[in-house]
Amino acid sequence: MGIARNPRNGWRAALGVAALVVATSALAADPIKIGLVAALSGPSAQSGEAITQGLTIAIDEINAAGGLLGRPLALVKRDDESSPPKGATAARELIYDEKVAAIFGGLDTPVSLAIVPIANKEHVPYMGVWAAGTPITRNGANPNFAFRVSAVDVMVDEALLKYAQKNGAKKPGLILINNPWGESNEKGLKEEAQKLGITLAGIEKFEDRDVDIVPQLTRLKNAGADALILVANAAPGAQVMKARERMGWKVPVISHWGVSGGRFPELAGPTAGDVVFVQTYSFFGNQKPAGKKVLSELEKKYKVSGPEGVISPVGVADAYDAMHLLALAIKKAGSTKGDAVRQALHEIDEYQGLIKTYHKPFSAQNQDALGPDDYVFVRFEGNKIVPVH
Amino acid sequence: MDLFVAALVTGVGLGSMYGLLALGFYVTYAVSSTVNFAQGSTMMLGAVMGFTFGVTLGLPWIVAILLALVACVVWGVVVEAIGVRPFARRGSDLWLMATVALGLILENVVLFTFGKDPRGMPQSALTAEAFSVGGLRVSLLQVTIPVVGLAIAFALHVLTRHTRSGKSMLAIVQNPDAARLMGIDVRAAIVGAYAVSGLFAGIAGLLIAPLFTVSSSMGTLFGIKAFAVAILGGIGNPWGVVLAGLIYGSAESLITATFGSTYTQILTFGLVIVALALRPDGLFGRAGVKKV
Repeated sequence: MGIARNPRNGWRAALGVAALVVATSALAADPIKIGLVAALSGPSAQSGEAITQGLTIAIDEINAAGGLLGRPLALVKRDDESSPPKGATAARELIYDEKVAAIFGGLDTPVSLAIVPIANKEHVPYMGVWAAGTPITRNGANPNFAFRVSAVDVMVDEALLKYAQKNGAKKPGLILINNPWGESNEKGLKEEAQKLGITLAGIEKFEDRDVDIVPQLTRLKNAGADALILVANAAPGAQVMKARERMGWKVPVISHWGVSGGRFPELAGPTAGDVVFVQTYSFFGNQKPAGKKVLSELEKKYKVSGPEGVISPVGVADAYDAMHLLALAIKKAGSTKGDAVRQALHEIDEYQGLIKTYHKPFSAQNQDALGPDDYVFVRFEGNKIVPVH
Repeated sequence: MDLFVAALVTGVGLGSMYGLLALGFYVTYAVSSTVNFAQGSTMMLGAVMGFTFGVTLGLPWIVAILLALVACVVWGVVVEAIGVRPFARRGSDLWLMATVALGLILENVVLFTFGKDPRGMPQSALTAEAFSVGGLRVSLLQVTIPVVGLAIAFALHVLTRHTRSGKSMLAIVQNPDAARLMGIDVRAAIVGAYAVSGLFAGIAGLLIAPLFTVSSSMGTLFGIKAFAVAILGGIGNPWGVVLAGLIYGSAESLITATFGSTYTQILTFGLVIVALALRPDGLFGRAGVKKV
């Protein structure tokens, strides 16, 4: 009883095949959705904007080259307002309703820490491009779906101490904000100091709303500190610089990147430029082809005028490279399935990116693509962030 | 020695800020036995208004300062009208909660209008180094704060002991009903006290702003410390309040200098409790005599 014997069945079969063809071609045109959960409003809104710019430039490049697996990429953004519960809700919505292939994260470590368990449970790759909290990628989950192209607290701690050592400091003192971020860096800095054979002059903490930090700094000065390692955001960091100025103390200050958010030069006053801090990328100086290309796209798409117009170089550069790395993995996997993409991320051999040329950026042991040698040291010159050399 | 001198200079600077803000508690308490618990947020209002008028809108500083002070005075009157009077009239203590609530509302309104980003006052001749003590640079502004605090305490002393209106203020404290019968306008005196309290907070905010950062939450911890100072000094004595501020500020920075910053809040607030347990009416207060 073949179908062809009955002409009516033949019609039905033909219709069925036609319907199937239409359906698959529609599917083929369906974009691969890339999720972003970041602060798009509030005091950290600039960070979300910078990440969006980096992702958009990379996605446009990929789409111009024919997309991935014959499908275009589309960015789906959600605002976490820097709140962990809001970030978690947004991540669930992106996974269940939008069926995103991966989720990119924003500036806030607490929000990232709220999303990562969801990504691990649902087997959706999570790509961190800003938040530096160590446990985001080192979360103990197996399989672990959290990857990152950004700084990592423990590695920043190592880089800060190495920089101090290289510049002649024998006995740096730590001045840290009294919160979980400061505490996690205290742990990292102590461990790294021991590894590098550095004796710390002392560890002093201060509160977010402390007006005068002279007593803490005087303790460090009396203990013989010949450099200060600073971990704090812009406003409290500025109070440290004001106290240092009042003491007439010309000690070098090496800082985590907290001071780069907010209006540090306005808050700290004339000594803002004395602080040397880490970034993952700088658009100043001689740019490689990738740097020139991204800068010209920023100028075209976002009316950014030169390197000083880039609002947050870190967000743009990290997001740009991370998007390209993810695209390579999706291509390699030949699928957008989380498990396959995760596997493929581990198998990426080489990628000539903006920040550097990546060789085997991710492995099962280390899902952080950037290390201490990739950080650049910068400082404020007026309101501009310029490389130190 | 170096450490001790630095801590003392810092402590006197901080302490006079607390004292100045604490005088706002004294004024209203003296007249009405109530206070604006959110005095810290009024201080914040002064700083934020000063920044908005002087920097954002670029008005001449003298105008900006006057407008900021007017805003604080008006806010003081508003707090009395909706946060204190309706409750105090019924003999209820709920003004406690109401003033805290108003402070929170003010902080959040500022958060949404002024923004979450802390701002910095521009540097000026006031913040430049005037002289140095033990290697520590002291600016004109840091000297101005204790001077203003002591001047206000002196003015209050003279006002309450040697002028008619000051004496009528004291009469209100002793017996509001009798005072009213004697023709003293009790309500006006209380409104006036809240206006003056707002003014002091505004002055404190404007003086502190250049040494600190301007943001909606800058006054919260300050307000709490100032209240501790007011109680410690014996809230009914302006000299005591200013002196307690200096003692508190010095203790705070000496503790940080000696034991490290981890113990600062624990030890200073612990000392306040011990001091009050030993002298329930404050270091410089007099026990009120209750006649039965």
